[in-house]
Amino acid sequence: MLRGIGMTDIGDLFASIPDELKLKDKLDLPDPKTEFEVMDALSAAAEQNKIFKSCFRGAGAYRHFIPSVVKRLVSREEFVTAYTPYQAEMSQGVLQTIFEYQTTVCALTGMDVSNAGVYDGAQAAAEAVKMYKDKKRQKTVVSAAVRPMTLETIATYCNSAGTSLVVVPTKNGVTDIDALKAALDGDAASFYFEQPNYYGLVENAAEIIDAVHAAGAKAIMGCEPVSLALLKTPAEYGADAAVGEAQPLGMPLSFGGPYLGFMAVKTSDMRKLPGRIVGKTADDDGRDAYVLTLQAREQHIRREKASSSICSNEALCALTATIYCAALGKEGLCEVASQCHTKAVYAAEKICSVDGFKMKFDGFFFNEFVTTCPADTGAVMKALESKDILGGLPVKIDGEDCILWCVTEVNTAQEIELLKNVLEEAVK
Amino acid sequence: MSELIFDKSRSGRRCTAIPKCGLDEAAIPPEFKRSEKASLPEVAEVDLTRHYVNLSRKAYGVDNGFYPLGSCTMKYNPKVDEDAAELRGFNDIHPLQPSYTVQGALYAMDTLTKYLCEITGMDALTLQPAAGAHGEFTALSLIKAYLLDHGETKRDKLIVPDSAHGTNPASAAMCGFTVINVPSTPEGLVDIELLKNAVGDDTAALMLTNPNTAGKFDINIKEIADIIHGAGGLLYYDGANLNAVMGIVRPGDMGFDAVHLNLHKTFATPHGGGGPGSGPVGCKSILAPYLPGYTVKKDADGKFVFDRAEKTIGMMRSFYGNFLVCIKALSYIMTLGAEGIREAAENAVLNANYLMEKLKDTYDVPFKGTCMHEFVMCLEGLKKETGITASDVAKELIDMGIHPPTMYFPLIVHEALMLEPTETESRETLDNAVEALKKIYVMAHETPDILKAAPKTTPIGRPDETTAVRHPVLRA
Repeated sequence: MLRGIGMTDIGDLFASIPDELKLKDKLDLPDPKTEFEVMDALSAAAEQNKIFKSCFRGAGAYRHFIPSVVKRLVSREEFVTAYTPYQAEMSQGVLQTIFEYQTTVCALTGMDVSNAGVYDGAQAAAEAVKMYKDKKRQKTVVSAAVRPMTLETIATYCNSAGTSLVVVPTKNGVTDIDALKAALDGDAASFYFEQPNYYGLVENAAEIIDAVHAAGAKAIMGCEPVSLALLKTPAEYGADAAVGEAQPLGMPLSFGGPYLGFMAVKTSDMRKLPGRIVGKTADDDGRDAYVLTLQAREQHIRREKASSSICSNEALCALTATIYCAALGKEGLCEVASQCHTKAVYAAEKICSVDGFKMKFDGFFFNEFVTTCPADTGAVMKALESKDILGGLPVKIDGEDCILWCVTEVNTAQEIELLKNVLEEAVK
Repeated sequence: MSELIFDKSRSGRRCTAIPKCGLDEAAIPPEFKRSEKASLPEVAEVDLTRHYVNLSRKAYGVDNGFYPLGSCTMKYNPKVDEDAAELRGFNDIHPLQPSYTVQGALYAMDTLTKYLCEITGMDALTLQPAAGAHGEFTALSLIKAYLLDHGETKRDKLIVPDSAHGTNPASAAMCGFTVINVPSTPEGLVDIELLKNAVGDDTAALMLTNPNTAGKFDINIKEIADIIHGAGGLLYYDGANLNAVMGIVRPGDMGFDAVHLNLHKTFATPHGGGGPGSGPVGCKSILAPYLPGYTVKKDADGKFVFDRAEKTIGMMRSFYGNFLVCIKALSYIMTLGAEGIREAAENAVLNANYLMEKLKDTYDVPFKGTCMHEFVMCLEGLKKETGITASDVAKELIDMGIHPPTMYFPLIVHEALMLEPTETESRETLDNAVEALKKIYVMAHETPDILKAAPKTTPIGRPDETTAVRHPVLRA
């Protein structure tokens, strides 16, 4: 092939690179390995990670049951090895699945329009906040009861853009409405809160959204998608945007990623959405056709005037969420949600039956809740670990050592009983 | 025939059952309860499976055929990488587990970080960004934090060549920078004189892809770096095209201060129909104190622990990045080793030049001489002669079983087709593509109507995109 292009040495191809810049030596990397050796080495690394039999930790990443059909279908090579569907005619399969994903998100949130997804829940919140800033309103207001990493992500995005961020304090674990009203001045573009919030509590979303709208700002509700099967939707509350982390919909914990951020808005705001959106149209013969649409918002058309720079997103994760929702179905997802809540209520009772453990807050919670801890949280966690249980996340609230617990449908009543017994032993 | 999964729903039909709860149901108080159940599909497993298997047959990936999509590096994705990422020890671990229970995961992150620093010539790196554009935004945020920390409050201009990817100016705008577009020379390189005029005491940084989107290595890179650094600005390397030069020349040695990588391009992790990707950002030591998220280090006992940079810009997203994608890239680099990394770049460039050489007498290749991993063809002349556009050629390629090249990019070339064959394609595949493109050239002159009516072999013909925008239908 070299001779075919009139060259004799492979180095001739790189003649345009100044010699003084070229690497003199080989890269300092190990020698090539065979497939067998690679799997051997990486299996050994994987085995150094502890997989807990029982997990009572959530705080932004949740262990749920994932049906076999989800992984099998998502692993189809045609989906896995495709690029972003720029050529609609040969990408109808990918485009239709994104359209189905958008429909799924709209069904869960009750909102009008969904995009094709963004990187994760925290970044979805940051993108939503960015979406509502304009020349007049530059300030972002966020509840202190959101997941810390989400708050930090929003802060980074605001910092880089050079806009201000105000955090509204909590009262009894939920957003302090009076403080919120005080923070909402004429500069406030939006208010971001989570439902359920970081402590697992359900916020008074109706009152929050009324206050936000009264101040002329936009209300962005961060939602946990499984809870949406049962809880009042952002649309029912009148939120302007619904965002969230879709990892619970069929994605393994996988040490934090890849996950999927979902974003949905009212029709009036659809042209503000970042990222890909798929629309339905027809071809010349009138056949249904799906295409990437409303692209005038995007970076490859608008460059510095684009609504966001996002290009690649998490398409395969969006497919995962779509298939998961279809596999569980209308009734199945409600059952998952109901078991999460029922078992969490049961676990809260059991944990609080142990001397010294008390509910930190008294509000209604979904499947996460905070208790106090009468002993050193580190020692409690160690005791649980010895029984193959990953305990709740130790958190400090108002200077007090507490534990943020999470229960899902995969936790059994027996596990919860064992949890209680270990706690009893640990604080004796 | 494009029934949605929702159209196949029948009341009461079920796929997955979950074990019985065994406890009395705790009711949701009416004031917190949604009024109607979400209208999710109700389907049996067999129907669900057939639906998505049939949709997959209407998709086209690298595993289906040749995919010379310029600037996207659609190389083959080795299957062992997928198996590595499916290991249960990587999948069923919680991101907030104590670090002593996830030593294998931290080892993998640390090892990949070191390998990527070596390949790019950088001192430090974050795996947190989820994709290329996210990496750009991250790197520019680092640069902004560095400048502000050094009292450089007036540096608000970001210089971007007009051949740049659209994500560059968009990411710059997200960081509040004003974008200064610098035109390219007829050879597709940065115009040094125009660059000199553009820099000043308000220059924050230059964003550059090298080799650039014209498929050219900018031979003036040292001078460009000197001009920017001389003016007090920093250099940012868009790593989208790193595949051409890895193991041969490093961004760090060219004078760049920060770089983002696309693991889903250069390091063979699959694109997934648009993600998940991964966009690590590497930097020189001056920017390291500002890195986002969590970095891995060893403590006094030699155990891996998470650390935060001293003046971190914060989080770009939750947790530590697209971890499983990082595992795939690690598996890839382990397979190739030092020799393989260099060989991949050499063969990518060889394949591109072979393809260009065979096509340049048929199609106009505006940027002469040896190309890097990709090259651009200009179809403006063909359009004037025959009325056939770059898009018409692309659609006919689909009928010939080949994924079209990138169309209408870079913006500096009219009627552009940008081809990047990658190193994983055989000579036979390239010869077949040459034959197809030559045949299309003849058809453009003899039977243009066939090209205008293409594609014919796909489930649909050309869609009406105007109606899609005017009357958006965005869900069922």
